[in-house]
Amino acid sequence: MKKNKKKNIMTLIALLLFIGFLAIADRIFDSYQMRIINLAGIYVTLGLGLNLINGFTGLFSLGHAGFMAVGAYTSAILTMSPELKEMNFFLKPIMPFLANVEWPFFPALIMAGLMAAIVGALIGAPVLRLNDDYLAIATLGFAEIIRVIFTNTQTLTNGALGLKGLPSFNNSFPYSFVYWSWGTAVVMIIGMVLLIKSSYGRAFKAIRENEIAAEAMGISLFKHKMMAFVIGSFMAGMGGALLGHLVGTIDPLMFRFLMTFNIVLIVVLGGIGSITGTVIGAVVVTVMLEVLRVLDGAMDFGFIQIQGIPGLRMVVFSALLMIVIIFYQRGLMGTNEFRWEWVTSPKKTLTNAWNNRKA
Amino acid sequence: MSIQTFMQHMVNGISLGSLYALLAIGYTMVYGILRLINFAHGDIFMIGTYIAFYGMTAFLLPWWAAFILALVLTAAFGIALERLAYRPLRRSPRISIMISAIGASFLIENLAIVLFGGRPKAFPIAPVFAKIFKFGGVSVVSIQLIIPVVTLIFLAILVYIVNHTKTGMAMRAVSKDYEAARLMGIDVDIIITFTFGMGSLLAAVGGVLWVLKYPQLTPLMGMMPGLKCFIAAVVGGIGSIKGAVVGGFILGLGEIMIVALLPSLTGFRDAFAFVLLIVILLVKPSGLMGKTTTEKV
Repeated sequence: MKKNKKKNIMTLIALLLFIGFLAIADRIFDSYQMRIINLAGIYVTLGLGLNLINGFTGLFSLGHAGFMAVGAYTSAILTMSPELKEMNFFLKPIMPFLANVEWPFFPALIMAGLMAAIVGALIGAPVLRLNDDYLAIATLGFAEIIRVIFTNTQTLTNGALGLKGLPSFNNSFPYSFVYWSWGTAVVMIIGMVLLIKSSYGRAFKAIRENEIAAEAMGISLFKHKMMAFVIGSFMAGMGGALLGHLVGTIDPLMFRFLMTFNIVLIVVLGGIGSITGTVIGAVVVTVMLEVLRVLDGAMDFGFIQIQGIPGLRMVVFSALLMIVIIFYQRGLMGTNEFRWEWVTSPKKTLTNAWNNRKA
Repeated sequence: MSIQTFMQHMVNGISLGSLYALLAIGYTMVYGILRLINFAHGDIFMIGTYIAFYGMTAFLLPWWAAFILALVLTAAFGIALERLAYRPLRRSPRISIMISAIGASFLIENLAIVLFGGRPKAFPIAPVFAKIFKFGGVSVVSIQLIIPVVTLIFLAILVYIVNHTKTGMAMRAVSKDYEAARLMGIDVDIIITFTFGMGSLLAAVGGVLWVLKYPQLTPLMGMMPGLKCFIAAVVGGIGSIKGAVVGGFILGLGEIMIVALLPSLTGFRDAFAFVLLIVILLVKPSGLMGKTTTEKV
């Protein structure tokens, strides 16, 4: 009991330190660096959503980008001012009942999550009966269908032109955007920890380990799969909305399969089935992508100069990821979570954890 | 709609369907043996077209030599891919292999962008493939006749190999029970290599025919056809060659007909495949010609 209390206090202190870090970072970092920090926070939310579905419940879903699109569009349409909408929808006017809507950001963000969750429920109801490969391809199919629908509903989404001038973080929000991106991420992390520790979380893991055995133990497969899928979609919707506002423009092409793939990589790199792993994976991937940007530009080693090859960054990035997938299949964390013992008595617990990483 | 326009659409649909069928067979073969969705199949297809392109433009080979070169090199490429990206993961959980396949596809696409440039290239077409024939009111380009014929030839060869040769028997054995096949003295690795080679060769055939029909190359050109052909394979019942052909034709004809009969839905053309997939999976989860499997407890 006493030990737990100590841990809780340590967690609280860590959280306060982190908020302090964000507050300082917000003042001293330039907008490019802040953008990376924001992006990492958004990827944490997105990665956690996918990890809940893929990692904890063992349903291989590849439809994350579709739910992100739903969230991004919902929040964009709700928060844009009527004048801005008129400017965007110059080919065909927007549906009349949406033309004069202008919500503050917070309810729009929640609504984005809810819309994605509703779509998730609608899609999940039929496809969750399928098993692994078929489920993957069916969810991928649904994500593509969502994209095609958004490209063709001119009066709702402005079609292929996309939406420009979404309220972005430097002018329209009461707080700096970093509190929104990382605020959401922190709330999601806490929510995930509580969910995974609850009886629902144990049921999810049971389904992941062995579906038939789980069912025999009285776990309702459909109910739990649906729950994981809907919560995962909710998080995808919120992440998509945040991403839209960070970038400032959205269009259907943004939410291609490549987007899902990025999130899958974060989850795999961190460790399928580890919350800590997802957080680390999100930060590492975001930072790596920016660090590797050097490769695209010209390099000067003093004695030799190499002309930049555009696109080399993505080659190196995908090659690194292939290496991780092939040689570190269990990801950085396996299914381990961060524990305070790692700090208090690091030597023993850390080596144990590294050896116990489970596939 | 007059009978002539209908026939015109049929001709278009059949040639597209044959292309889909060729690619779908590659998916089906690999899935049948490894239980792996080879996400990189569409990219192998793309590599095949680029080899043919550079063979003709950079090495100034005659078109037939460039095409043969493309088939050989693409098959080798497929085999190399299996060695590097899939073999190390053979004993891993299914999800790892699938992610590796997606990663491989991503890597090949990015490499292609760096090596070949992101801009679309125009494929030089020999005049043989662009002759126009008129049958009544239906005009047919020679490539539209060549595609189904080539598909049929390769299909016949493949069916012969699978059903009447020792290698084919081994392939069937491996796809039925991997471990038992190994115990019976079949060299599973060689069979898998052979399957990948065959599948990639068919992808190259499909690729070459594809660019003769739609003469434009981009590094990302394999994505959509790759996805659609996988769907064709699933619709037909994955693991079954007959099913892949049926699925390919359903998809090709369906896509052309939806544009022809309901022009207002043209924008949704790419969604047709996915809607079809989901409907089929819900009605018959193992596809039209797939075997139903029951899970053992």
